[in-house]
Amino acid sequence: MAELHLMKSSNKPTLPITHCCPACGLLCDDLVLTSTSPLNIKNACTKSISFYNSAWLTNSNTPRIAGKASDFNTAIQAAADILRASNQPLFAGLGTEVQGMRAIVALAKKTHATLDHMHSESTVANTLTIQHSGWQTTTLTEVKNRADVILAIGTDIVSSHPRFFEKLVWNEHSLFDKPRPEIIYLAVPKHLSADNLKAGISPAGKAPTVIAADTAKLPEIISALNALMNNKKITENQVAGITIEALQSILDTLKAAQYAVIIWSASNFQYAHAELTVQSITHLIAKLNENTRVAGLPLNAGDGDTSVNNTSTWLSGYPTRSRFFADQASYDAHHFSSNQQLNKCDALLWVSSFNTQQPTCDAPTIVIGHPNMQFDIVPAVFIPVGIPGVDHTGSMFRMDSSVVMPLKQLRENQLPSLSEVVLQIEALLT
Amino acid sequence: MITCLKNGRLYDPAQQKNGVLEDIYIAQGRIVAKPSDPSKVTKTFDLSGKIVMAGAIDMHSHIGGGKINIARMMLPEFQESKQYSEPEAHICTPNCSHHATPNTTDTGFRYIEMGYTAAFEPALMPINARQAHLEMADTPMIDKGGYAMLGNDDYFLRMLASKKDQKSINDYVAWILHSTQSIGIKVVNPGGINAFKFNQRKLDLDENNRHYQISPREILKSLSRAVHELGIAKPLHVHCNNLGAAGNFETTLNTMNASDGLPMHLTHIQFHSYGTEGDKKFSSAAAQISEALNKNKHITADVGQILFGQTVTASGDSMMQQLNAKHANPKKSVLMDIECDAGCGVLPFKYRDQNYVNALQWAIGLELFLSVEDPWRIFLTTDHPNGAPFTSYPHLIRLLMDKSFRNEAFAKLNLDAQAMSNLTSLNREYSLYEIAIMTRAGAAKLIGLNDRGHLGVGAGADITVYTDQADREAMFAKPDYVFKDGELVVKDGKVVKVVWGTTHTTKPAFDIRVEKDLKDYFNRYHTMQLDSVKIHADEISSDGRGSINVHQNKQVSH
Repeated sequence: MAELHLMKSSNKPTLPITHCCPACGLLCDDLVLTSTSPLNIKNACTKSISFYNSAWLTNSNTPRIAGKASDFNTAIQAAADILRASNQPLFAGLGTEVQGMRAIVALAKKTHATLDHMHSESTVANTLTIQHSGWQTTTLTEVKNRADVILAIGTDIVSSHPRFFEKLVWNEHSLFDKPRPEIIYLAVPKHLSADNLKAGISPAGKAPTVIAADTAKLPEIISALNALMNNKKITENQVAGITIEALQSILDTLKAAQYAVIIWSASNFQYAHAELTVQSITHLIAKLNENTRVAGLPLNAGDGDTSVNNTSTWLSGYPTRSRFFADQASYDAHHFSSNQQLNKCDALLWVSSFNTQQPTCDAPTIVIGHPNMQFDIVPAVFIPVGIPGVDHTGSMFRMDSSVVMPLKQLRENQLPSLSEVVLQIEALLT
Repeated sequence: MITCLKNGRLYDPAQQKNGVLEDIYIAQGRIVAKPSDPSKVTKTFDLSGKIVMAGAIDMHSHIGGGKINIARMMLPEFQESKQYSEPEAHICTPNCSHHATPNTTDTGFRYIEMGYTAAFEPALMPINARQAHLEMADTPMIDKGGYAMLGNDDYFLRMLASKKDQKSINDYVAWILHSTQSIGIKVVNPGGINAFKFNQRKLDLDENNRHYQISPREILKSLSRAVHELGIAKPLHVHCNNLGAAGNFETTLNTMNASDGLPMHLTHIQFHSYGTEGDKKFSSAAAQISEALNKNKHITADVGQILFGQTVTASGDSMMQQLNAKHANPKKSVLMDIECDAGCGVLPFKYRDQNYVNALQWAIGLELFLSVEDPWRIFLTTDHPNGAPFTSYPHLIRLLMDKSFRNEAFAKLNLDAQAMSNLTSLNREYSLYEIAIMTRAGAAKLIGLNDRGHLGVGAGADITVYTDQADREAMFAKPDYVFKDGELVVKDGKVVKVVWGTTHTTKPAFDIRVEKDLKDYFNRYHTMQLDSVKIHADEISSDGRGSINVHQNKQVSH
């Protein structure tokens, strides 16, 4: 067996360092790390503070085999042994960026693995929409410079993307002297803090329009909007508690906009066949675009979901929920989900390098992930790895899929990267 | 360690070698002179009866970046036929849909198996450049490169609208080439993608973008001049306004004059050669376009031939793709406005030989090939995957080289389309020498790859060896040998060694002070900082596989 070379060369970054934050899909690159004790980061939001705090709590770089401390070589060997004995492993979690995913796909080809991301339940609603009818979307810089109406469907936006309004809506400068956008919230989930909607109040104090309704009723609400858009008569006075006048008013606002943006977060559509709601939203957008400009903006769920999906797609031809067998990839958006596969697989490789999310699975489990992971169920093998954008460099897709941001290394430590570990495991399986 | 390729028949137009029997010597990845000491030859390939050409270069093929990945994501059904085994497998042809959206590994393998050793992504969006390079980095076997898209980005249009001098524009264009690691500049529907964001649905050459009050002609003039004055070999790569619209040939003719005689390359010109004659108000304008191409020596073009079957169209032209979305087959489309930089439109398309328009598109492409006289100024492309997958090139080459094969295919077309085409009156058959010009020497010269596309001493040893066969499709589909940088990588049409190729770029000098204004612009209006936009060379080379090859600019006299 080849000797491992996981120790990193000295590459100590100099503070202050401007860098990109991987804590949500906005990938803000204006954060500045000014000191590490105490930890001080300029432009950090609530999400990034908790991300970096968790990263800097890190003091463990010890792999574990069945809970017992081990060295990297032995742990990697143990992981390889599990995968060698497995006929149908599941690689899930997949909280990583492009470089990590490249290594994961190579290992999956060698082990006939099934691949699924921890947030794919929401990603899949969007992917299925692309595959069924397509969509018309926009990106963050377009929103910042063009949006004069923003309709947020089933999301407050800021609970998943905290700096959205600060950076893209209430920005001081825009290219075309547009007015401050008009904000409409539709059917925001009730479990989210009502305070979050304050982000939609303009700097001049103008309150957003808030149309309350049960998020689970969105299928009928969006259908009603589509009916109105297509001049179909609605006999009821209200839909899901919303008056037809209020729905018509949303539509009129969208039609009158120079550039309206409709935002949704599929992860908040917590019901079966959420893809039909997304599809219904995108039909509305397509119809509106026959005469005026309107674009969609799906919010991602995080943990590298956009990076993983894109990388998988160019490497194998398929987005995740894919499987490799005999040099061929196959794809099944339903059958290859973690939910379906967790009780069918004979080994689980769980990857989570941005947070400490842990799996529950009866099969022998390898966890490669965040060094702070604490386990309720002790996995067969745990290999701590560096956090992308903190411990090593990386490449990460922003939520809008159009921009790949370079992640920097912010500190020096002994943790290997996910791709280094995965390549070593793969080498043992040759 | 010298390898000798013995007794091959060379078609090497860069050196005017037209079927000359000659030996080639290879050492350290390059073609070298015959060694004075014959004992230094350690390996010899006997190529008696074989045809030898430089590795082919695809100067326009959508192999990397956002659009193609969207197409892959949108069309998982395209991959299915790849896995067919008999009795279905025989329906999988080079034109099969899974070749329209191959994964990156298959892209490299299918190219090299046909004897292609380089392909250039023609629509690399600066803001999306990192993704394009990541995908190209995962594309094995061949050399890669990209043309950066400008002309719809708000930064450039603001410069034009505020009458910035040409030097400032040149500096910006050069900065884009550096920061995106590209080798050329492309403009797609000049000003139109931007105008679509202001709800304009169509933009003619002399019509103004509503917001900037700038016409496509002004954009073409400014960018072609920048490219020329910076001394970049590759002329401005132009996807004209009005793609696909009946009657668009006039826009195309007028576009040829937009650069005041400076070089321009009009891409996938087949999609821009449509008239409005006949009952269906859709006709061939190939005669007018080829006549103009023959006359205007500063213009080059590639054809963008369509071939029948299922494919997907992936374009930066969101304005025209919005109009085309109703023709999508299967019925789905992805349209995007992107980052105040550009846009994209991706929709599947099925070209059918019994459809009047499709049949005529097929004929128009071939009419153009056969009517443009100078093979150094016309290039063999299908605008992969927009007209057809690149895997159908051998079939296309046969159509060009074999008149009876072509006429038999024509006879099967929609009858109304047959009545509107003069294809059967065109008797030309391309020679091997002319094919070598179009696919090797001409492409290398156009892009400025001085050490590629030929077999002279000093050239990179990218070499393809074919068996001379009457069936040119069979011949070009499966070379006997392909050498990449001197290494034998394909034998009998199958990959025997995996290599990774290089990324071709050009880096003209510019005034670094251009970054001052750009930095301010990005801070104010963008959602990322200028430093994050720039692709550093080590991002491409640090994985131990990739490398960057910087090409010298041509000498220009002002």
